[in-house]
Amino acid sequence: MSSVPLAGPEPLIDVHAHFHWAGTGRADWQHINARRLEAGDRIGIRVHVASILGTWGHRSPTYFASRADVRDGNDAMFALAAADATRVRAYVHVNPNDEAHAHAEVRRGIAAGAIGIKVAAARRCDDPLLDPIAVLAAEHHLPILHHLWQHRTRHWPGQDISDAADYARLAARHPHATFIAAHIGGGGDWQHSLAAVRDVPNICFDLSGSGVDRGMLERCVEMLGAERLLWAADLTLDTGLAKLRALETMRLAPADMAAIRWRNAVRIFPRGAFGALTHGAAA
Amino acid sequence: MTRIDPHCWIGGYPWRHLPSTDADALRAALERERFDGAWVGHLPSAWHRDPSPGNVELYRQLLPHRGVLAPSPTIRPDWPHWGDELARALDEGAQAVRAYPTLVGMGPDHPAWLELGAATAESGLVLVLTQRFEDLRQRHPLDAAGDLTPAHVRALARGTLAHVIVGSPSRAMVEEVHFGLTASERARVWFDTAWLWGPPDDELAHLLRTVGAERFVEGSGWPLRLPEQLRAARDLLPSDVADPAFARPTALVQAVRERRR
Repeated sequence: MSSVPLAGPEPLIDVHAHFHWAGTGRADWQHINARRLEAGDRIGIRVHVASILGTWGHRSPTYFASRADVRDGNDAMFALAAADATRVRAYVHVNPNDEAHAHAEVRRGIAAGAIGIKVAAARRCDDPLLDPIAVLAAEHHLPILHHLWQHRTRHWPGQDISDAADYARLAARHPHATFIAAHIGGGGDWQHSLAAVRDVPNICFDLSGSGVDRGMLERCVEMLGAERLLWAADLTLDTGLAKLRALETMRLAPADMAAIRWRNAVRIFPRGAFGALTHGAAA
Repeated sequence: MTRIDPHCWIGGYPWRHLPSTDADALRAALERERFDGAWVGHLPSAWHRDPSPGNVELYRQLLPHRGVLAPSPTIRPDWPHWGDELARALDEGAQAVRAYPTLVGMGPDHPAWLELGAATAESGLVLVLTQRFEDLRQRHPLDAAGDLTPAHVRALARGTLAHVIVGSPSRAMVEEVHFGLTASERARVWFDTAWLWGPPDDELAHLLRTVGAERFVEGSGWPLRLPEQLRAARDLLPSDVADPAFARPTALVQAVRERRR
């Protein structure tokens, strides 16, 4: 097997990754984590910015995690990041319905080295309950990652879904915070999402998700520009690699490719979050 | 070895704009992904009541590309004189035909469904099906027909000698069909790899271990899906299933035609 990364040698940051831990009830959790890192190395991912959503449904629902599960999942995530400080960074995960607990977890996460906040889809994201979290995020230069179910034509079980129009309202109230809309390819009406956030400059989109629709990437670049796009893989690293290759097929300018692969991440996450990778650094 | 994409189309999609959908664009994508050719369907015909005019359009558009792009017309087996369409397909050099039973309200027990399976076997044509065109979560409100079901495929394999490729299957589709058939029945069913996930959960690798690489073909789902996905999934397979020996669509045609003899 070649040692040249499949996605080339230039830096690559995955801003939307997940790991498992013993409390998730999966006997193969260590194998799954190892496969993420192994495949990530093969692709050329330098840093996985990851979260653990409680017990992934084992003890309480993934998007409506109990306080204990939020705390334990975060502890597991912080431990993984500490154990692999070169390749792994942590989001601190919060359930916005437990307001005081959420704020305490964010502060605990900052102390533990978390570089972003993953807000569970447990409340419509323009709800005022999210405002204090956004204030904290802006104060500490931590981007917020929120799962969107783009264009809500109905409710789906398992989460309190939000769409990009909801997110745009939250972002407008907090112009100094940066918001990442999760996985443009993660299901939902991505065309609606792009239109809804087009004029909201503090919302970026990550490109992750299992959806590999033709036309999606072209539309992302056209509507938001490369400066507001972040490469990511979420649950399917293969679709992440496919999208990188499709971006190459689109013949983006090298500066735009670098922006999507890593420079935008360096810009929106706290200073020094990625060690030697700084905005001005060469590949 | 000739590498054929058996699951792609030309033409537009009713629910959203696609960037380019013509035969020239398809050929460029195939060349980029190192395919030698393709069995090409006419995407809009999947939603037409009478697929015949779309089939004529397909033959016309592929005429300059014969030898690389083989037509794979749509057959609706509850439509009057559908046998004429099958005969035309053979005349036009088709290796395979398409059917979309859920889009015309046809359940797995509909007599015409089995008649189609039997007729394709007798004609020496592979029958290409599509489980899904688009992620369930983003579908247009009018796109409510539902996916192809495992029961549709099992019915064909149990009740006819059809040689079937299921395009864009889920892991559940593969498993519920494969393990729901006898050894001789499952030997006539293949699946494409386009919508089976890689790491970290490794659905594709799991199925290569449990079902076997010989039951899979590589079909892209172009123009709906990024053709780069096939190569990405293959490149990230774990070492124990790396370089899988997928089935070749041309061998499927040979098999169905030998059985006919």
